[in-house]
Amino acid sequence: MLAFIIRRIAQSLFVMVAVALIAFLMFRFVGDPVNQMVGIDTPQEEVARLRESLGLNDPAIVQFGRFVWDVLHFNFGVSYQFRLPVTQLLAERAPATLELALTAAIFALIVGVIMGVYCALNRDSWLARVFQAVSLVGVSLPTFLIGILLIYLFAVILGWLPSNGRGQVVKIGEWWTTGFFTASGLKALILPAITLGLFQMTLIMRLVRAEMMEVMRTDYIKFAKARGLRTRSIHFGHALKNTLIPVITIAGLQLGSIIAFAIITETVFNWPGMGILFLKAVQNVDIPIMAAYLMLIGFLFVIINLAVDLAYGLVDPRLRVAMRA
Amino acid sequence: MSDPVISVRNLCVEFVTRRGVLRAIDNVSFDIAKGEVLGVVGESGAGKSVTGSAIIGLIEPPGRIAGGEILLHGKRIDNLPQEDMRRIRGRKVAMIFQDPLTSLNPLYRVGEQLIETILTHTDLSPSAARERAIALLAEVGIPAPDKRIDGYPHEFSGGMRQRVVIALALSCEPDFIVADEPTTALDVSVQAQIIALIKKLCRERGTAVMLVTHDMGVIAETADRVAVMYAGRVAEIGPVRDVVRHPLHPYARGLMGAIPTLETDAERLTQIPGAMPRLSNIPQGCAFNPRCDQAFDRCHVERPEPIEPQGENVEPGHRVACHLYTGGEGAR
Amino acid sequence: MPHPTPEEVKGLVGGGSSGLVTRLLDSDVFASFRSSKLTMLAAFIVLLMFFGAAFAPWIAPFDPFDPAKVFLSDASIPPRWQAAGDPRFIFGTDDQGRDLYSAILYGLRVSLIVGGLGVLLAAAIGITLGLVAGYVGGRVDALIMRVADVQLTFPAILIALLIDGVVHSLWKGVSREESAIPVLVISIGLSFWVQYARTIRGSTLVEKNKDYVAAARLVGIPTPVIMLRHVLPNVIGPVLVILTINLGLAIITEATLSFLGVGLPPTQPSLGTLISIGNQYLFSGDWWIVAFPGATLAVLVLAVNLLGDWLRDALNPKLR
Repeated sequence: MLAFIIRRIAQSLFVMVAVALIAFLMFRFVGDPVNQMVGIDTPQEEVARLRESLGLNDPAIVQFGRFVWDVLHFNFGVSYQFRLPVTQLLAERAPATLELALTAAIFALIVGVIMGVYCALNRDSWLARVFQAVSLVGVSLPTFLIGILLIYLFAVILGWLPSNGRGQVVKIGEWWTTGFFTASGLKALILPAITLGLFQMTLIMRLVRAEMMEVMRTDYIKFAKARGLRTRSIHFGHALKNTLIPVITIAGLQLGSIIAFAIITETVFNWPGMGILFLKAVQNVDIPIMAAYLMLIGFLFVIINLAVDLAYGLVDPRLRVAMRA
Repeated sequence: MSDPVISVRNLCVEFVTRRGVLRAIDNVSFDIAKGEVLGVVGESGAGKSVTGSAIIGLIEPPGRIAGGEILLHGKRIDNLPQEDMRRIRGRKVAMIFQDPLTSLNPLYRVGEQLIETILTHTDLSPSAARERAIALLAEVGIPAPDKRIDGYPHEFSGGMRQRVVIALALSCEPDFIVADEPTTALDVSVQAQIIALIKKLCRERGTAVMLVTHDMGVIAETADRVAVMYAGRVAEIGPVRDVVRHPLHPYARGLMGAIPTLETDAERLTQIPGAMPRLSNIPQGCAFNPRCDQAFDRCHVERPEPIEPQGENVEPGHRVACHLYTGGEGAR
Repeated sequence: MPHPTPEEVKGLVGGGSSGLVTRLLDSDVFASFRSSKLTMLAAFIVLLMFFGAAFAPWIAPFDPFDPAKVFLSDASIPPRWQAAGDPRFIFGTDDQGRDLYSAILYGLRVSLIVGGLGVLLAAAIGITLGLVAGYVGGRVDALIMRVADVQLTFPAILIALLIDGVVHSLWKGVSREESAIPVLVISIGLSFWVQYARTIRGSTLVEKNKDYVAAARLVGIPTPVIMLRHVLPNVIGPVLVILTINLGLAIITEATLSFLGVGLPPTQPSLGTLISIGNQYLFSGDWWIVAFPGATLAVLVLAVNLLGDWLRDALNPKLR
């Protein structure tokens, strides 16, 4: 078990170093950072001095080392657009994105698993066909189009729900703001969360359905039936447990991509999160923000991956043994 | 023969496919008495396993029982509602599958699977069920059963797992058990042990057994009677010694000729030319006629029914479905 | 069972070329195609859209990009069947007075070109790297698969966004009109190669241990030739399915990037750009500017996905 954990952490570190390298290369070679800091009329000596003081004349490996050192201290530099520390900009917007992503993920997971199990067990019922059709539409409609559709329906025509913003937020602690505790905050969350979660929901539904149908064909399910176990126990005890193990992995990874996909949803709903910040950075080649966001997503992914792998080991006795060995 | 535990009467099983309806089992009949072992042999696809699944009530769409009856102690069970059949499965009739590696749910402890089965079919308390589970494991020859009961399937070797599977199948003392090639997936060295174990346990309990295999050696050693299946039909059925020593059906003769023995000094084993027809392409008349070196006109037209041949020196209950024995032209 | 000869293997995988058409018409795949009305409808829609895109300059009643023929006085006219509609414009006009029907045909053209080229580029990269990783093995394999792992950490859309941003800033002298399509194709190509590489690598690992590869090596055929002529035809089978499924994803990715304002500019709109323009007028009630491009995009992707789904199921014997 310990060896397994160490190996997985080593792999995660490798991924993080690779991501850091990409971020560093962007920093260093895409758009000269000095040019972003100085005006046209800045004298040449001033530029050279700035270059020297920023350490841009040092060997690349030293610069990379310094970059990693800064990153480890949450120092991602100063945004070219806003002239503010990137860390501060991201921290201000992180709660909005994380709350949205978490709500969307929970929605996707619960609804997706229920629909998937239903479709696997009642393959030919009309409701299963409806779910199947919905899932196909769900993966075919681009996220932004779903968002526009929902806004048009529930905000423009019906006027039930707000079409943009987070509603009223409450401050918790130093810097975290939450929309979970106000009516307008919760109302504002509904449409974006559905928009963001719909694609993952259909994905999870299809995955659960396919996986469970596969499990239902296995010998141990046949043997369970041959022993006359109750249908409920076979379906929700034996089959579901075996189905959910591979689903955990994918669902975990989906959580990471939900955070990245939030870029689109945030744009459609004008949601004040990190995604919009990143998009503006891409449009204006604001490299410090791009690099920091890249590292952040990479870090979240690695952490989730690690957590999923460890959870996997707790659920699957076969892996527990493999890990011990 | 005493009252049969299981009677199969004119059983037909069909599979509905895109290319039409395939008949996997065609008019199969046999009885198995208390404590008797019926060996069922035949090539892959001859319908051995499907027959077993049909008796146990586990034919799933696109398959269906298209005709005939299955009787347990004289009562029909093939038309029971699903829930009633479920109560019978595991308690009255049980099945052992081919591959012990995949028959056990890898995520549940061996004990959990045993106890769940026992609790489903009996009124025992959980602690009593656990004791019974330990006793069963001991009975099937698992050392230190009180410890191994909390192990996961992957912690057992193949032979040990098949012992667990046997314990599971026998946990509620069924009257009838289908053993579907129970040793095919095992090492040769443990095959004999497993067969001996099944035979011993069933003899002690008086369980009727349908032993599906393509190992004629196992049949000769274990079975009381043997049924030879070909293309979904019973070609020959009878007391094991009689069928092995004096096979009547040309196909059965070919099968017995293919058993290597130390006594025969034949240079090489007999081969049956050709292959069994696909279910979609079963010839008219006798299904074996394209491969039969003694086929004559009637074999291509009329399907032979199983009969006890007249004038042959066979034991009672030895029946064969072949026109060579129905009298008339071409017959011996 | 004796090892199958390369010919037999080819036959199984469907990699051979001669007789492919006759075999296809006789195959289960074709039968399942004919048995599914929905699949046939999807194929018809995809063909229709390809046709409309290919012949847009001849079919479209207007050239929406000729400033001499676009008048601001025609701006925001609703579809023809509405009271304020104009018989010249079936689906109405956008905010600049461009005929929406014509703009959609041209937009479809851009979307399909970008999506198609992007997917082909991804396949080319993925197949090459997968084949090399699987056949050569060792460090090369480890390196390629590690890169794939790192890339899988990020969703395609994020990678495409990053690449888009980076390439545009490196390519300073070039205007967005000129660079948009190549940049999008590169972004999509570099975002979607991993799946091909993993699939190809997996089947290459199996194939390279087969007897016909050993035989080819024994008679001294050079490694690149073995990889291309012998291994590739036997591992390429699943690529068709991934290609179809990814085409839908690629079209969505392009539309999303254009919607987010980092794809095609409004002067050279794809479906995503049109939707993005229309979205600004949603609250003023000009629903048609977003509705028709949106519906076109949705139907196109849905039809492509239906084809992909069907193809995957038809080629997967387990589900048949």
